[in-house]
Amino acid sequence: MSEIAFARSIASEVEPANLGLSGPSALTTVLLIARITFREAVRRRILVVAVLAALGFLALFGVGVHAMLQNMRLKQGLLQQREAVAMMSTMALYAGSMLTSLMAALTSCDTLSGEIASGTIHAIATKPVRRWALVFGKWIGFAGMLSLYVLLLEGGTILIAWGQTGRILPHTGEAIGLLWVQALVLLGVSLAASTRFSAMTSGAVALGLFGLAFVGGWIEQYGALQHVRTCVNLGILSSLIMPSDALWRRTAFRLQPPLLGSAGIGPFSSLLIPSTAMVMYAIVYAAIAILLAVLLFERRDL
Amino acid sequence: MLVRPSGGHGLLLGHPLGSREVRARIGFLPEHFRFYDWLSAAELVTFHGRLCGLAESHLRRRVPQLLERVGLGAQASKQIRTFSKGMMQRVGLAQAIVNDPEILFLDEPSSGLDPAGRKLVRDIIREQRDRGATVFLNSHLLGEVEKSCDRVAFIRSGEVIEEYEMNAWQNGSLEVEIRVRHLSPEAMTWLAGNTEDVRVEGDRVQVRVASEHHLPAMVRCLVECGAEVFSVTPQRVSLEDLFLQTMGPDPGL
Repeated sequence: MSEIAFARSIASEVEPANLGLSGPSALTTVLLIARITFREAVRRRILVVAVLAALGFLALFGVGVHAMLQNMRLKQGLLQQREAVAMMSTMALYAGSMLTSLMAALTSCDTLSGEIASGTIHAIATKPVRRWALVFGKWIGFAGMLSLYVLLLEGGTILIAWGQTGRILPHTGEAIGLLWVQALVLLGVSLAASTRFSAMTSGAVALGLFGLAFVGGWIEQYGALQHVRTCVNLGILSSLIMPSDALWRRTAFRLQPPLLGSAGIGPFSSLLIPSTAMVMYAIVYAAIAILLAVLLFERRDL
Repeated sequence: MLVRPSGGHGLLLGHPLGSREVRARIGFLPEHFRFYDWLSAAELVTFHGRLCGLAESHLRRRVPQLLERVGLGAQASKQIRTFSKGMMQRVGLAQAIVNDPEILFLDEPSSGLDPAGRKLVRDIIREQRDRGATVFLNSHLLGEVEKSCDRVAFIRSGEVIEEYEMNAWQNGSLEVEIRVRHLSPEAMTWLAGNTEDVRVEGDRVQVRVASEHHLPAMVRCLVECGAEVFSVTPQRVSLEDLFLQTMGPDPGL
């Protein structure tokens, strides 16, 4: 054993004190905060409620599909049945993506803003931890939980559809990936807002932007149908401000079975399909949101 | 660092203010001591210990000792949301000293606490001082400051107005109240010549002496002049009086 290690071992026997430590490493901090974020969701019952909502959703969907198929089996062929299930699954995924986005925004809007408002942050930010690691740790914690949630909700929906028809929808992996990015976009915005604003305001910012994208998507679709360039441009602009709806429309497009043509305007068909570039933009957007959160928190007086 | 300074610079343990490394060697109990209330007391102190960079294994031994020291041994596994303010303060003190800090900052640690809680704060301050740490106490409870501190500074709008060494001030001149009967004119003359500010009210005489070393001579003189001395009570100027004298009656803090 080297002299220093030996001296340290003696010192720790005599006085288990601060041996000139300079604080935890960045990775340790990030993991510590991520774990505590997860523990918070469990202990404050957020996770339980969210999971119960998801299970209720899946149960409703499962029963609905089953009932529909039972009805159809007598009158219609396999092809129509599969199309119907595909349609219903897309509807369910649309609702599911909204539920996930809501969860992403509402569970994370309170995290930093609540701690700043209550003063809980004071005893934490004065420890030898890097501020960016605190924000990033929270993001990892929430992103981890959202990932599992997407797998449960959206993955569960797809599995139920497969279970009922024996046929899986096309590009389900990509669909789940896109909805995962959508959740992370909302998470990023909510987290960034919560470094500056109260919990309610942060939630309102995230959901307000979501609503903006939602309306913008409809305007863009209408513009495409009616050949109104301005509407299309407005829609594109809204997608740049908040790419959540663009991500859904690409998901819907990728989930369309080849035989199901675009059935007119609706959330389950895309006349204007967001490009891969838009998906890349959304990923960068989510990353920038975190960077913004880190920067804002770094500068903020607590 | 919680707040960016509006100007100037400073050093803490030789490092610039806000440096991350030095934060591992300090402890801080914030004014509102709020913590994650869904954690148990032991989990919370362990969490804060990990934030200081302490190892899990070390904390497994240290945290129970700390909680015992602050009187929460029996409540170690109870969730903080069930705690009273006094119990919360004890957890706060535990997390502030978990890393055996060289400097301990306590911001209004006693406000809203019962006498037992205040005594705990005083005991912790004394223990930390005895182990060689420096304690910075920010408090409006001047009675507590008087009992705990060696040096006091009065601050207004971020500026130090006055600083006092408690020992020097307490060993300086003091007011004395004497309950005495049959005070003869000779005794009065002696008092007038050897003390200041003599005030007589019935059987109470208030004087100011240069130091407590003058008291035996004064008592001897009074007794020799035939006075009946019932009590001699030194009355130190309280820190509160000193504060009001220095800062004015309404400093608008």
